Amino acid sequence: MLSKRIIPCLDVRDGKTTKGVRFEGNVDIGDPVEMARRYYEQGADEIVFYDITASHERRSIMLDVVRRVAETIFIPFSVGGGIGTIEQMRAVLLAGAEKVSVNSAAVRAPEIIARGADAFGSQCIVLGMDVKRVGPTPGVPSGYEVVINGGRTATGMDALQWALRAQALGAGEICLNSIDADGTRQGYELTLTALISANVTIPVIASGGAGEPQHLRAAFTEGRADAALVASMVHFGTTTIAELKSYLSGCGIPVRQSW
Amino acid sequence: MIAIIDYNAGNLTSVARAVAHLGVECAVTHDADRIRRAERIIFPGVGAAGAAMESLRRMGLDRVLVDQAAAGKPVLGICLGCQVILGHSEENDTACLGLVAGRARAFSASMTGADGRPLKIPHMGWNRIHPRRQHPLFAGIGPRDEFYFVHGFFPQPERAADVLAVTEYGVEFASVIGYRNLVATQFHLEKSGRPGLRMLHNFCRGPWVETTC
Repeated sequence: MLSKRIIPCLDVRDGKTTKGVRFEGNVDIGDPVEMARRYYEQGADEIVFYDITASHERRSIMLDVVRRVAETIFIPFSVGGGIGTIEQMRAVLLAGAEKVSVNSAAVRAPEIIARGADAFGSQCIVLGMDVKRVGPTPGVPSGYEVVINGGRTATGMDALQWALRAQALGAGEICLNSIDADGTRQGYELTLTALISANVTIPVIASGGAGEPQHLRAAFTEGRADAALVASMVHFGTTTIAELKSYLSGCGIPVRQSW
Repeated sequence: MIAIIDYNAGNLTSVARAVAHLGVECAVTHDADRIRRAERIIFPGVGAAGAAMESLRRMGLDRVLVDQAAAGKPVLGICLGCQVILGHSEENDTACLGLVAGRARAFSASMTGADGRPLKIPHMGWNRIHPRRQHPLFAGIGPRDEFYFVHGFFPQPERAADVLAVTEYGVEFASVIGYRNLVATQFHLEKSGRPGLRMLHNFCRGPWVETTC
């Protein structure tokens, strides 16, 4: 039986892992390579890196991090943040990442998904979606709208329609982040997660709001997620990946327990 | 030296890094002479079967692989490499190398998972393997160990004897296959943590016993 994946998410700025309420008030919390090693040893199933470097040197700094991570851990990892061209995708994949995630750039120019899937295979292309609850309108019938630039810019696009379109264009997976839940530690946005996961045929990663082990349980049951992103709860030592897995296994949820 | 065959089918640096991590000398190469001189061959691959076979033929590597396998050299196929060694793939309706009798079949959206819901495709993530036969590849691998899969098609050898291990995802499919000096894993052992590295070690360094048939 396929295991549900637990995926620590590392926001990387200027080569350092950082965390705050996302995009605001970030503080450095460690070296991404060392943190990746620790999570690998603790049983993480995959790792996600988001490059939030603002400077022009961002590419070379991040590529160096990716290369060092690839020499250190032997599980899949993905890299996202500001990726919008085939050349940027190629550089990240050649540096050793398994997957690249596209977000705002795909909203602005959706064909990047198809071009990426053609060039590297669908399994490499993750659609990152930031979504905000707005209530149903004619333009946004699901009541969930896609937002970009860290939630600051509304797009007028319906989240479910965008997910289905990205799947048709060749996205191999969706990382679904709720802007409403992100940073709250009050749990994932389960209605949104279940809505998207039940309507696409590709795997969905729940993101935003994890604070307690039972939040992951809910994401995998009620939310029908295939994987769950965790950040603060593991970064700050509240819990470990191993403890999360032990809890989930006790709830009857299939997780990888031998590593 | 282990030759990792480079035929423009995805990113081979992960495989090379994992082999290097084990302290085994390897080269990512499409040079036929280097492949012939190698002690063992790894045949990886990510992407579509049609494009992979086209690249292999264009580079003349299809013949090299068939000859080296026939000559008895240990060969390890990984992921797409585990499908292209079969006779045919449903992906792009592709005629493949035919080193093992059988074909690659597509997971169907009409298949359901353990929870009764439609399968997510590709099969992406960690899953167990259930050995059907003893093989040196499985030394040190336990029943709870899991491996990382990413694929929309699965290998279906014609002969039950060529199935070394099976995995469940909608159907029970052959996740490790073998025929004489050839073995292949549908999962990415270079991305499967400790058990994956152990299996890679078993191929690269372990005593080599041909699968009896």
